[in-house]
Parts: sequence; structure tokens; C-alpha cells
Amino acid sequence: MSKKKLKDHLINRDWCKGCGICVAMCPKDVLVLDGDEKAMASHPEKCIACRQCEKMCPDLAIEVITEDAHGKEE
Amino acid sequence: MAVKEYIRERFFPHMWCPGCGHGIVLNGLVRAVEELAINKNELVIVSGIGCSSRISGYVDFHSLHTVHGRALAFATGVKLSKPKLNVIVPMGDGDALSIGGNHFIHAARRNINITALVMNNRTYGMTGGQYSPMSGVGVKATTAPYSTIDNAFDCVELARAAGASFVARTTVYHVNQLSELIKKAIVHDGFSVVEIFSQCPTYFGRKNKQGGAVDMLKIFKEKTVLIGSDKKKDNPALMERGIFVEKELPEYCKAYDEVIARARKA
Repeated sequence: MSKKKLKDHLINRDWCKGCGICVAMCPKDVLVLDGDEKAMASHPEKCIACRQCEKMCPDLAIEVITEDAHGKEE
Repeated sequence: MAVKEYIRERFFPHMWCPGCGHGIVLNGLVRAVEELAINKNELVIVSGIGCSSRISGYVDFHSLHTVHGRALAFATGVKLSKPKLNVIVPMGDGDALSIGGNHFIHAARRNINITALVMNNRTYGMTGGQYSPMSGVGVKATTAPYSTIDNAFDCVELARAAGASFVARTTVYHVNQLSELIKKAIVHDGFSVVEIFSQCPTYFGRKNKQGGAVDMLKIFKEKTVLIGSDKKKDNPALMERGIFVEKELPEYCKAYDEVIARARKA
């Protein structure tokens, strides 16, 4: 099984309530709260696609899209 | 993760406060159902009253939003009439153990194949932060400004003593364990109880100066250990997480089918 690579963070800004759980729980400091108190991926290049933010979001507002070595989306 | 297939998007964003642990339980429940690949038409969510019970409205399964504390009684009716359906009952700590305390112990005693999720935030959030049967001694609440003097139930020991054949505990900080335990509880043939520590930053956190949602999640991390960990020997106050009871006992619907068979022969 090849390693999954990050493709995108899909953040639903209408659902995000800005609790900051994703920001605090991200092991690589990828996410921040922007001026509107909504989650935003400020350093996507650091993301290791662990999906901790996706699993811990109480608002179901984050989806981590990954791709394998052949560019297949998952 | 195909979350959207399992939720009713038209009701989002949901009504829970920012940072509410119940949203993380919903997240874990949806992931568990997706990983088990259960047909949505064979899954029933039955809930009572409270913040936790609003979960039944957000999932795109068959759902019953019933009366306070009595969700397990309604669920027993559903399960007995249609034993092939998977029945999941998410409840708050007050809903499950105070108002519905009797239904809880008797559903456990019967060992009927229902999955009970006790979302324990140690307060009545929806009605304004009154203390609950899980608050414990020395906790502040709107109804206990000088702190509580009531002991808390131990949900795990209560379920075990009442006869539940699967009893587990986890927290919303431990999200991987959360979905794994919900999966095991759904698959288990008998009454399954999963107690889930969940944070209420709005009432419990604020009244007890525990900080925001992130601080409360860190408390779950610090104050719990896996069953059998050496850390528990050094610090007996730590709460254990994991599976406490997992045994095969006669299941109620199957036993009832046997009664029907005996009656037909007579």
C-alpha cells in the first residue's frame, strides 16, 4: 500500500463554528482560525493526512482528500 | 469519508454549541456505520430528550425522537417487533441514568440486542446546566452554586451489575477508540453499553473553570488510561477506557422466538 498524500482540505465554512479543536489537535500545525473564526489550512504542505481534524471536528465540517502515488483520489 | 451519505445535510449546521463533544460522537457514529457498511434501511436510531438526543435528527437512518428517559423502552418495542433491524440508542447521562435509570437497568437485565451510547457530559445542558447523576461530588452547576454533595454513578459498574453483555468506556478525545468501540457494540449480540465522556464547554466547563473545548479534551486525555495500564497503579484516580465486559449470554429476541415456537407446539 503506497503512502497517501494530501490533495486538499475541504472545509465547510457554513458548518464550522470556530471551536478551534482542529487547530489545537493537528500534530503539524497545519490549520488556523482565520479572521472570521473559521478553520483554514494555512500550511497544507505540512499535512501528513492523519485525518485527526476530520475525525475530531464536532461540526463534521472538515474532509481531508488524499491521493495515492498514481494520483488516484480517495 | 462519505459523511454526507449518512447525515441529513438540510439540518446542518447543527444546534450544538461550538466545541460540543456530542458532535464528535456523531462523527464517530457515522464513521462506525460507514466502516461496518450497514444498510441505512436496516438501522434505527431511537433517542429521548436532551442535547445528546438531538443526534437522531441529524443521521439519515430510521429515527425515533421519543420521550425523556424512555428511549430504551421504545427501542425494545422496535427490536422485539423487527429483530432484524440494528437499533442504536444515543442518550445523555441524565436521560440514561436518572430519568431513564429504570429502563436502562431492565434493558440490560433482559440482554436485548440494542446498542446504548451514554454520552456523558456530567450536566443537563439543554435546560441550563443543572447537575446530573454523573456530575459527582464537588462539582458546580446552576443548581449547585456551592458545589454538589451527590455521588455519581459508575455507569460501567451499573451496566455490568444489571447484566449487560458488552460494556465499554471511552472519551471523545480518543476518536479512533470511539468508532472502534461503537462498531464492536453494534456487532455484539446482546445489550451493549458504551459510555462516552463528552465535553459541555458551555455549562460544565464554564461553571467548573475547566476552560474551553480544547482544554476539556486535554483533561480527558490526562485523566483516563487504557484498561490494564501501569499508570493506574501509580494514580488510582485515573478512569479506565476500553472493554470491561464482553460475553455471550442468551439474547432476549431469540429467547422470545423460542417461547413462540414452544407455544405453537403446545
